[in-house]
Amino acid sequence: MSAEAGPRRVLIVGATSAIATEVARAYAERGASLFLAGRNPERLSNAAADLALRGAARVETAAFDVLAHESHGDLVTRAFAGGPVDVALLAHGALPDQARCQQSSGEAVDALAVNFTATVALLTLLANRFEAQRRGTIAVISSVAGDRGRQSNYVYGAAKGGLSVFLQGLRNRLHHSGVSVVTLKPGFVNTPMTSAMPKNRLFVTPRRAGRAIHRAIEARRDVAYIPWFWRPVMALITHLPERFFKRLRL
Amino acid sequence: MLANIAESVLATGCGRSYGDSCLNEGGALLDATGLDRFMGLDDAGVIRCEAGVMLGEILQVVVPRGWFLPVVPGTKWVTVGGAVANDIHGKNHHRAGSFGAHVTRFELYRSSGERLVCSPTENRELFAATIGGLGLTGLILWVEFRLQRIPGPGVAVERIRFANLAEFLAIAAEDPAHEYTVAWVDCLARGRSLGRGVYFRGSHAPLPGRVPPPSAPRFRIPFDAPGRLLNRATVSAFNAMQYRRGLRKRSKRTVPHEPFFFPLDAIGEWNRLYGARGFLQYQCVVPETQDGGVIRAILSRVASSRETPGLGVLKRFGPAASPGLLSFPRPGLTLAVDVAFRGRRTLDLLDQLDGLVRDAGGAVYPAKDARMSRESFRSFFPAWPAFARQVDPRFSSSFWRRVHVG
Ligand SMILES: Cc1cc2nc3c(=O)[nH]c(=O)nc-3n(C[C@H](O)[C@H](O)[C@H](O)COP(=O)(O)OP(=O)(O)OC[C@H]3O[C@@H](n4cnc5c(N)ncnc54)[C@H](O)[C@@H]3O)c2cc1C
Ligand SMILES: NC(=O)c1ccc[n+]([C@@H]2O[C@H](COP(=O)([O-])OP(=O)(O)OC[C@H]3O[C@@H](n4cnc5c(N)ncnc54)[C@H](OP(=O)(O)O)[C@@H]3O)[C@@H](O)[C@H]2O)c1
Repeated sequence: MSAEAGPRRVLIVGATSAIATEVARAYAERGASLFLAGRNPERLSNAAADLALRGAARVETAAFDVLAHESHGDLVTRAFAGGPVDVALLAHGALPDQARCQQSSGEAVDALAVNFTATVALLTLLANRFEAQRRGTIAVISSVAGDRGRQSNYVYGAAKGGLSVFLQGLRNRLHHSGVSVVTLKPGFVNTPMTSAMPKNRLFVTPRRAGRAIHRAIEARRDVAYIPWFWRPVMALITHLPERFFKRLRL
Repeated sequence: MLANIAESVLATGCGRSYGDSCLNEGGALLDATGLDRFMGLDDAGVIRCEAGVMLGEILQVVVPRGWFLPVVPGTKWVTVGGAVANDIHGKNHHRAGSFGAHVTRFELYRSSGERLVCSPTENRELFAATIGGLGLTGLILWVEFRLQRIPGPGVAVERIRFANLAEFLAIAAEDPAHEYTVAWVDCLARGRSLGRGVYFRGSHAPLPGRVPPPSAPRFRIPFDAPGRLLNRATVSAFNAMQYRRGLRKRSKRTVPHEPFFFPLDAIGEWNRLYGARGFLQYQCVVPETQDGGVIRAILSRVASSRETPGLGVLKRFGPAASPGLLSFPRPGLTLAVDVAFRGRRTLDLLDQLDGLVRDAGGAVYPAKDARMSRESFRSFFPAWPAFARQVDPRFSSSFWRRVHVG
């Protein structure tokens, strides 16, 4: 890593997400300069006040809907206006209702749009910027759900799985320019996204997930399971033979 | 927000209260720890944050800027909402009063859907009822309060041994010259040694050298201790050791603020030392008489019982009036002690102590209580009728049903 002067500059998309909020706090406590993009301007400015007190050197916000592809260029330009960006974290996402996706192709396609298509569109612009500056880290929140399709959430899983594969390729490409790509795979996190799900012992707090994500980004890990225990669990699940797996009700 | 909850509700912070004032059996609990955002800090040291922010997080943010909380309890893992709802007190009560005395405003969510900003000038009745109001007046959304300036992150501490209650009272007379004062007492000492202990007093001070990072528990107690690990013999030996620690009668040094204010936070799950049946915490305040009369009677009742008390904590509260209708702190001497729970006979002892406190015109702290009777409650908190009128109709707690409802 180059010995840069001044605070680390961090761009977070989907910055009002419960998990991203905790990652932002970890950076704020270390004096980073933050650029927050998200849909809700009021919640963004509340987050900015919180992060400034927690130690952020500077906080900028931008109202941004990742589905509006035509606005991506503008966001990237603004984020890089003050100089190189050290870390870009993409945290936006939506968990669709699987039953509804099975009834409505529109519902299924919408789920792919926010979790996959729009993310790929934004990453295309970001990747070129990072490649040109020849340093930095692109971190994206995927999911353990993308490691293997299951009947209860395979539309969401397909979007995250596709995203994970896209990131593998991007990592391979950008490695040669000194840019890291970090794929983050949380298991269950207790956030607004999962508020309708019954909670079990595998759920962790957004704080724990956020701190683990911050560490994974700073360590420039390739693929990080959040928390770590999902790595052996998913290794087991992905190795079950399909002819057996298809009979389970997962 | 509350529309789809059928039963009564109660907000909770970190659940650090010892008794049933943060429980709502048969009802719903609203976890307020998700309200965890800072909202602002101005140049005059007025801070605003959501009610679920923990005092430890606030210190992390404000100490490097030269500020400190106006009042801290013995653990930093309590929320601002909990600090208001119990109108908590600290080692600086004799100078600063209770936490509520520093609150300038807060916002209260009522089950009617109203959001009310309360201050000494707006919604005054709800302001007074909510401070020390045990969460019964609604959900506190955010709190604004005044910080104090400090010269640095350290505390200059003086430790003084005292041989009995009379010596304690003599040292307490010097309290006004010190920002923080508190004493440990050996609750098993009797006769001429009754009320012996160690006095700690300190003031904020610069700390030479690097500021230590905020501490996580250094070790935790991994399992419940066998039932009788703490008994009268082991506690007595431990107390004697604490009393004699350091050969000199007095010592002075400057330490980081954390071990001074939050000694127990360094030991995770320290309550397990008391075994699976746990302990009851008892804290009372009684008006002060010439020779510490009532406290003397309470200490000797505890020492001559068959129960096993841990170290006691003794302090003189100052004259500041608490702003809450149900606030516990008031002028007098306050004694806090843990008693290992051994069933009915332990409860009997505490009932006897309640009697002594009632007769003296004192009070027992609801934050640490799971058993006071309705009669005791009414005598300890004579403003209860005015308070009851401000209680939100949808809010309740196990404590409230015990001391008030039906
Ligand atoms: C080791 C230790 C040392 C302590 N030392 C002291 C001390 O020195 N002085 C002292 O005064 N106390 C002391 N306490 C007690 C502690 O400070 C209080 O019990 C405090 O209120 C706990 O806060 P909490 O966030 O855990 O709240 P909880 O225990 O969860 O709740 C306490 C009360 O606050 C209410 N409440 C919480 N959040 C809200 C909200 N958002 N809106 C409305 N109501 C709410 C609850 O309904 C409940 O009535 C100590 C406790 C421990 C464990
Ligand atoms: N929670 C889990 O168990 C879990 C598990 C694995 C992976 N994940 C992933 O973790 C990430 C964060 O989720 P979370 O759990 O923290 O949930 P969350 O709090 O609900 O956050 C989701 C975020 O995505 C944003 N978003 C949704 N659609 C958007 C759009 N079109 N444009 C811009 N932003 C949009 C939301 O913005 P608004 O605030 O404006 O609604 C919200 O901030 C997501 O990628 C999610 O898929 C979560």
